[in-house]
Amino acid sequence: MSHLSPFQIFLLLSIVKIAVVLVILLTTVAYTVLLERKVLGHIQNRWGPSRVGPFGLLQPLADGIKLFLKEDLMPLAAERPLFVIAPIIALTCALISIAVVPFGAVHRIHGVDIFAITDINIGLLVILGITSIGVYGIALSGWSSNNKFSLLGSLRATSQMVSYELALGLSLVGVVLRAQSLSLRTIVESQSAHGLLSWNFFGGYQFVAFFIYLMAAYAETNRAPFDLPEAESELVAGYHTEYSSMKFAMFFMAEYANMVIVSCVATLMFFGGASSPFGNLIPAFGGAVVQALLPVFWFVVKVFAFLLLYIWVRGTLPRFRYDQLMSFGWKFLLPLAMANIIITSLVLALHG
Amino acid sequence: MAAQVPTAYYLVLAAILFSIGVGSFLIKRNIITIFISIELMLNAVNLTFVAFAHQWHQISGQIFVFFVMVVAAAEAAVGLAIIIAIFRTRQTLNVDQIDLMKL
Amino acid sequence: MQLALFIIFGALAVAGALNLLLQRHPINSALSLVVVMMSLAVLYWSLGAEFLAAAQVIVYSGAIMVLFVFVIMLLNAGKEEKTTGSRAAYIAGFPGAAAIFCLLTFVFLSEQKALGVANLGGHLNSGLNNIEELSRVLFTKLLLPFEVTSVLILVAILGAVVLARKEDQ
Repeated sequence: MSHLSPFQIFLLLSIVKIAVVLVILLTTVAYTVLLERKVLGHIQNRWGPSRVGPFGLLQPLADGIKLFLKEDLMPLAAERPLFVIAPIIALTCALISIAVVPFGAVHRIHGVDIFAITDINIGLLVILGITSIGVYGIALSGWSSNNKFSLLGSLRATSQMVSYELALGLSLVGVVLRAQSLSLRTIVESQSAHGLLSWNFFGGYQFVAFFIYLMAAYAETNRAPFDLPEAESELVAGYHTEYSSMKFAMFFMAEYANMVIVSCVATLMFFGGASSPFGNLIPAFGGAVVQALLPVFWFVVKVFAFLLLYIWVRGTLPRFRYDQLMSFGWKFLLPLAMANIIITSLVLALHG
Repeated sequence: MAAQVPTAYYLVLAAILFSIGVGSFLIKRNIITIFISIELMLNAVNLTFVAFAHQWHQISGQIFVFFVMVVAAAEAAVGLAIIIAIFRTRQTLNVDQIDLMKL
Repeated sequence: MQLALFIIFGALAVAGALNLLLQRHPINSALSLVVVMMSLAVLYWSLGAEFLAAAQVIVYSGAIMVLFVFVIMLLNAGKEEKTTGSRAAYIAGFPGAAAIFCLLTFVFLSEQKALGVANLGGHLNSGLNNIEELSRVLFTKLLLPFEVTSVLILVAILGAVVLARKEDQ
């Protein structure tokens, strides 16, 4: 690679990184769907998908082919440009956030960090910003399909996401106060000193913040028990009632990609990101490659655990009522998040 | 790589945005669109603040923008509440039909 | 790089603003404003104001404009119709806007000598990062204004709740 200038190497490696991460993310999304159907099946004492391939492992592929080949219906009364652009906004915003997530320890090849697409000093704010833009996809989809159920679903989704964004943002402030940085790398490093004990969840006493984050994140991704925007029993399918074929698939992928992102952020902020839970207790083993891939393994395990938790919650809890949802967000989560910030900053001011 | 942009260009861009905002504020008849044009003008002014903050290496310009954002948020909340109240009593959003103080 | 960013996102902002002016449906105008705001956020970032770029996206496009879109959806606002008032507005509007534009541009370009150039990565008076610097000033020198704005927001929330409440209860 010596005949390439540093900038060209940077460009090349970045493109390769983006492609690899995108492929992995989309595969994860596809298999999260299968995982959800399998686990939900077992929770409800049935098998879940088991026909296509061994243990139903090829089911995502079959689903993908089916969705690709379906007829793409365009409702007559729909607002055409917005109707088309809404799922694109939703999916793009869901996929972009992965760009700032570091999923391994710092490991440089030719001066390029290979285990994160980019590390910027306002990484956390970027994730929050992109999440807040994602609301448009849902809001516009409901409005442009010109269907009352869609509109109701998207009004619900918009107000729910805007309300819970506050609690979500505030729950992360405690972590930022502890790490004194908004860069996700620095936040992870601030928790990697003593393994499990220095994670924000255990050592940082941020478990209140974590539970606030968890609940706000469930609401933010429109998942059970906050899945009112697409409540089947009330609104047909909510904001994506009128969508078919790939446009529907885009919403579907956006939902699961958002789940993955939210799990990534929870891992980074509260569970030490890619750092090992045992700290330095395990002696280093294997070669350099194993040592480089071990943090990625821990990261993936943690994210996977959060995805399982998502599915478990969906299989267990009933749906909230709309007024309960709003009063829970505004009257319980928000004050609790503020109290958490005040206590954290007081403790840091007295001890830090 | 180090192509530089004169600060004046940023200011001219802000001027363009501001005048478009003024124009659409005067021309539009829908009360929501008029409100949107006000936001556009605020944004244009914010750009000049940031450009000058960069120019003179002063943080105060950015702080001004921060306060403008806060005020814009408060303004949007109250303004949209007023619009909803107006729509509820008059069933219209056209400013030409909202020219009386009482019904 | 600075020039490329400026040209691309400046053009995008102007295009968004023009689209705002030309569209007849409020929701299209609102979405064009979102485009303007996003491109302005990139310009802020290129001018060394990272926090403001993020705040622009989160507060303006993520909260304020969502509120606008929400209200447009809620009221089901249709296309605006032309009235007698709009002709008068056309007569006053375009010359007025053009005059303001000419005046501002003339002043800015004639003062171009006194102004410098902007380059990527140029930073403010110290080497600290933008957020640290901003918060240091905000929470020491400008603490009182900061607290006053929080009271302002509280008042605005109360005002909005009172205004938008149904009166029949």
